[in-house]
Amino acid sequence: MTQVQPAHFTSAGGIGTRLSDILWRHPRLLIALLLLPPALWLGVIYLGSLFALLAQSFFSIDHFTGLVKYEFTLSTYAQLIRPSNFDIILRTVVMAFCVSLTSAVISFPIAYFAARYARGAWRAVFYLGIMMPLWSSYLVKIYAWKLILAKEGILTWALQKLHLEWVLDAFLALPVIGGNSLSVSTAGTFIVFVYVWLPFMILPIQAALERVPPSMLEASGDLGATPAQTFRHVLLPLALPGVVAGSIFTFSLTLGDYIIPQIIGTSRLFIGQAVYQHQGIAGNIPLAAAFAMVPIAIMGLYLWAAKRMGAFDAL
Amino acid sequence: MKPHFKTVLLATVLAALAPNPGLTQISEIGEGEGALSIVAWAGYVERGETDPKFDWVTSFEEKTGCMVSVKTANTSDEMVALMNQGGFDLVTASGDASLRMIAGKRVQPINVDLIPSWSKVDDRLKNAPWHTVDGVHYGVPYMWGPNVLMYNTKAFDTAPQSWNVVFEEMTLADGQSNEGRVQAYDGPIHIADAANYLMYHQPELGIEDPYELNEDQYQAALDLLRAQRKLVSRYWHDAFIQIDDFKNEGMVASGSWPFQVNLLKADGVPVDSVIPQEGATGWADTTMLHAEAEHPNCAYKWMEHTLSSNLQSDLSVWFGAVPSVPAACSDGSGMQTQQGCDANGMQDFDKIRFWRTPVADCDSQDECVPYYRWVSDYIAVIGGR
Repeated sequence: MTQVQPAHFTSAGGIGTRLSDILWRHPRLLIALLLLPPALWLGVIYLGSLFALLAQSFFSIDHFTGLVKYEFTLSTYAQLIRPSNFDIILRTVVMAFCVSLTSAVISFPIAYFAARYARGAWRAVFYLGIMMPLWSSYLVKIYAWKLILAKEGILTWALQKLHLEWVLDAFLALPVIGGNSLSVSTAGTFIVFVYVWLPFMILPIQAALERVPPSMLEASGDLGATPAQTFRHVLLPLALPGVVAGSIFTFSLTLGDYIIPQIIGTSRLFIGQAVYQHQGIAGNIPLAAAFAMVPIAIMGLYLWAAKRMGAFDAL
Repeated sequence: MKPHFKTVLLATVLAALAPNPGLTQISEIGEGEGALSIVAWAGYVERGETDPKFDWVTSFEEKTGCMVSVKTANTSDEMVALMNQGGFDLVTASGDASLRMIAGKRVQPINVDLIPSWSKVDDRLKNAPWHTVDGVHYGVPYMWGPNVLMYNTKAFDTAPQSWNVVFEEMTLADGQSNEGRVQAYDGPIHIADAANYLMYHQPELGIEDPYELNEDQYQAALDLLRAQRKLVSRYWHDAFIQIDDFKNEGMVASGSWPFQVNLLKADGVPVDSVIPQEGATGWADTTMLHAEAEHPNCAYKWMEHTLSSNLQSDLSVWFGAVPSVPAACSDGSGMQTQQGCDANGMQDFDKIRFWRTPVADCDSQDECVPYYRWVSDYIAVIGGR
């Protein structure tokens, strides 16, 4: 009787009812239908265009006509290790590493306070303070920093009033990181990178710290550990996945950015700018694609290492 | 049926084979399409928003109903890239971009008979090689001018006589070194400025044309630029960033456009400009029509508007450039005067070496260094190599 009843309803219902019955009887079909659009999006539009770009890196440009030659070659990759191009890669990776490390050092105490001590209104203030810079335009922030760091900007002015301009002059006289003013030095680029990406580091660390049980820190103290030992052997290892997760953001965002070094810095190129110039300006799409492969390869290695450190447990 | 079919086929084949350069040109201007999109240099297409006195778009929109939208580009290479992507009707291309676009078939020939004011165009520009190929016109001259040497009048007692202030380390009149206080253009075409400088100071190199360099001449120019890298803190490619750098970064000298000079002067910054003894590179821009323009009628109406309205006169004041229609200097169509035109370089046409794309197959020598190498080598020079 119970087997007959649904069959009766099927014949009585419209096409919609029949369809829903088919889907109810074949749950796998339902899942396939639901997954198809996002799978197509991810597979065709997202990964497809990415692979189309990467395929370009195995072509080369005809140096006479400037047109792309569609023949397999590794010569474009060979161009990457030319000194002038390798400089760009090295410069970007070192910058991304320094920015990530500094962000982590600055973020840790902020995140620790926000996770452990901030309560009620303070907590809201902390969240707002961290999130608010993300709401204003990225370009406005960078131009504001250009004015802050300029030779005749507010920072120099403040240091002059404090009779401390010799500190800045001594700092700017340093090779590599120094320059004529902070706004045209590598140090300036670094400061703005750290400022802009800091929230991406604070939030994952805070999430990780909130999951560290206070009892463990107390137990560590009860067993005679100094605060420094507790930090090294208990707190840091437990929060490390959050630090690594944050550094994935800061590292990859620095690797790909092409706006900040264009406005603040020495005019020396970063990977993002090299991709932009070779693709958009010089029309050398194969070399741009080869450059685009570099951050992908670096991030692949980085994510593999991060996974081993358990970074994704904190996401 | 059969013979008829063959005739049609034959006619089709013949039509396809016959050389017909006029095929893409339109023969009459129809109704406007209601819209027009232009790729232009910053400050080139003004509608009174930056300064209410400078407006040459509103009258055009009222007259034709073609609503103008502008995409600004900062370098010639960016213009070529935008036109390659498509979706634009017109571009104000300089000579280092125009021939690339003609060769790449991104722009179409212009029927000058449809532009009544063509007769008013400066005779020196009508058949200029950067927009006329084999006698076919690929655009209407827009505006031209020199790449001047801008300098801070507090750092210089008198106008600098030579470009050496941006190429060689020296102590300026204010007692400080020029190191860290000069800028250079952030585009590979700046190599031509170095070549132009060497052409005057090292005649033994035998440079005849700064855009046609053999390997030795090219390496000499790169060496000069490597020395310049030590003086330059930041290269400029955005006019407004350069303006900011002259205000807040203590910059005192740089190759520049009269556009920045005029804006800085208007802001009370003590700057002035000069064309030094070596002469200067310069730009001559042409309004060119995209091969697949969606709004050709509006585009033709705009090309006529550029020559016949207040545009030539007022734009030449605004941009510090020289009109392509000489009458605009004195006919009162805008704010420009004959003295103003002369100050902007009207009589210096022969001193200016206009931007062109360097090609391997050049006229003055057997083989020249082509543009793609200018691009990669200039990146290397800025990177400190």
